[in-house]
Amino acid sequence: MADEATRKAVSEIPLLKTNSGPRDKELWVQRLREEYLALIKYVENNKSADNDWFRLESNKEGTRWFGKCWYIHDLLKYEFDMEFDIPVTYPATAPEVAIPELDGKTAKMYRGGKICLTDHFKPLWARNVPKFGLAHLMALGLGPWLAVEIPDLIAKGLIQHKEQQNNS
Amino acid sequence: MATVEELKLRVRELENELIKCKQKRCAEKDAGGSQKHYRQRIEKMSAEVVDSNPYSRLMALKRMGIVEDYERIRSFSVAVVGVGGVGSVTAEMLTRCGIGKLILFDYDKVELANMNRLFFQPHQAGLSKVEAAEHTLRSINPDVSFETHNYNITTMDNFTHFMDRISHGGLQEGKPVDLVLSCVDNFEARMAINTACNELGQIWMESGVSENAVSGHIQLIIPGETACFACAPPLVVAANIDEKTLKRDGVCAASLPTTMGVVAGILVQNVLKYLLGFGSVSHYLGYNAMQDFFPTMSMKANPQCDDHYCRKQQEEYKRKEAERPKQEVVVVEEAQVVHEDNEWGIELVSEVTEEELQAASGPKPDLPEGITVAYTIPEKVNAPAGEMVEETEQSLEELMSQMKRM
Repeated sequence: MADEATRKAVSEIPLLKTNSGPRDKELWVQRLREEYLALIKYVENNKSADNDWFRLESNKEGTRWFGKCWYIHDLLKYEFDMEFDIPVTYPATAPEVAIPELDGKTAKMYRGGKICLTDHFKPLWARNVPKFGLAHLMALGLGPWLAVEIPDLIAKGLIQHKEQQNNS
Repeated sequence: MATVEELKLRVRELENELIKCKQKRCAEKDAGGSQKHYRQRIEKMSAEVVDSNPYSRLMALKRMGIVEDYERIRSFSVAVVGVGGVGSVTAEMLTRCGIGKLILFDYDKVELANMNRLFFQPHQAGLSKVEAAEHTLRSINPDVSFETHNYNITTMDNFTHFMDRISHGGLQEGKPVDLVLSCVDNFEARMAINTACNELGQIWMESGVSENAVSGHIQLIIPGETACFACAPPLVVAANIDEKTLKRDGVCAASLPTTMGVVAGILVQNVLKYLLGFGSVSHYLGYNAMQDFFPTMSMKANPQCDDHYCRKQQEEYKRKEAERPKQEVVVVEEAQVVHEDNEWGIELVSEVTEEELQAASGPKPDLPEGITVAYTIPEKVNAPAGEMVEETEQSLEELMSQMKRM
C-alpha cells in the first residue's frame, strides 16, 4: 500500500466515527468537527516530525475545500494551490483532489487538474469507510502523488521554482 | 476596477462566444447557406417505405414481428449522464431511433484528446460536450426534444437539481424520466446516480469501459430488486491479463472507439428491449475484448447494502411481491440465476502485502466465470484498530479558525 513512513503517519491520524455526508444536516456538522480534529492532529504530527506539507480550509458548509501543499526538492520549496469539492456520496467515495496549475503537465491527472490516484487507493478507502477522512486522503492520496510526480515534473523542466523563476 | 480573476473569467466567456460564432458559420457553410440539409419535424411516424422517410426501417420492425408498437419510442424520456465516449454514441443511437426526449448531463468540454472516440468532431473543441452534442443530434433528428445541463452532478447544489430533473423531466413535464443511463467514467459519479435513483426508486442502467479499454459492461438496476451499485464492490469483467504485465506508468486511462462503440451498442440494445418490450432484457452483460467473451448474470439486492434507501426499496419490493398473485413467482426465479460454480481464484487486489490482503479481504459474492469484483470489503468489525477522534467541547467554528491559524 505505501512506504513505512506513510504507514506510520497514517496510523497516527485519529479515525473518524460519524458516517455522514454533506446532505445530512446535523450529522454532517458532527462529521466536519471530526474532520477538523483529525486534520489538526495530522498537521501537528507533521510539524513535530519536521514534515509539515499542507494546509486546508473549507467554506462554512464544509463542502468546498481549498489550501496549499508544498514539496521540498533539493532544498527548494515548491508550493501549489489545491482544491476539491465534497461529493454528495462522501464518505462512501473520496473527494477528487485537484491541483489546477499542474493541469496538462502530467498524464497522471484527469481534466481540471484532478490527480490520478493509484489502483489501491480506492479499495483502501472503501474498506475504511467511514473511519478515513480528509487527513487520510492527504496522507494516502495527495502526499504519495506529490512525492512521485513533483520530482519528475522538475526533472522534465515542466515546473520551475518560483523564486528562481523571478530571479532569472 | 475588475480583478484579474474577473478579467480571466470574462476572457473565457468571450472565447466561448467566439467558438460558438465560428461553429454557427461552419454550420451555415455546410448547409450551403440554405436549410436544405435540415429536415422538417415529422408529426407522426410513418411505416411507408420511401427514401424520404427516416423511420421506415425502424417501423419495419413491427411488420417483421420484432416490436409490437414501435411508435411508443416517442413517448419515452431518457436521461444520459456523461456524454463522453459511450454517452455521446448512446445519445446518437437513441436520437436516430426517434426517442421522445433526451436529457444530457456532462460538465466537460470537447477536447482534441477525445478524437480517438466516436461522435465529436475537431471543430467542436472548446464547446461544452452537452452543447456540441445537442447541436449535432438536433440536426440528425429534430423530432427529439433535448434538455442539456452542463454541470458536475456530484456536488451539493447540482445534485439537488439533478434529482429534480430525474423526477420531473419526463416527456410530460412533472413526470419522472423513463430511464436513466449512466455513461460516466468514474466511481463518484456512479455512486451519485445510484444514490439519486435509490431515493427516487428510479430504474437505471449503468455502463462502463475499463481503464485499459479492453473490457466493459452494462447493468440494469431496478431499486430494491436487482443489486444496486452500492450492494457489492464494483463488478469488473475479468480481463485475464496478468496484473504484473499491465503497465500503468504515466497514464490514467486508455480508450478505444471500438470498445466504447460496442458498450454503447449493447447498452442501447438493452434500452430498446426494456422500453419497447421485446427479447429478454439483460441484468448484467459483460464484454471481454481480449477473449471475445460476453458473460451474463443477474444479482439480487444485498439486504445489508450500505445505502439505506436501497434497503428501503428492498422492503417495498418485498411487500409488493408478497401482495402479488402467484403467477409472478416466475419473475423472482429469473432474478436468481446467479448461482453457477465459480472456480476462479483470481484476486484482483494486487500490490498489497500478504498481511494487508489477509486483514483486508472480505467475502466475495458468488459470480459466474468471467466476472469478478474490483476489490473485497472485510466484514464490519465493531472495535476498529487505531485511535478514534476524541470528543472536544470546541465548536466547528473554533476548530475551523484553529486550523486556519496553524
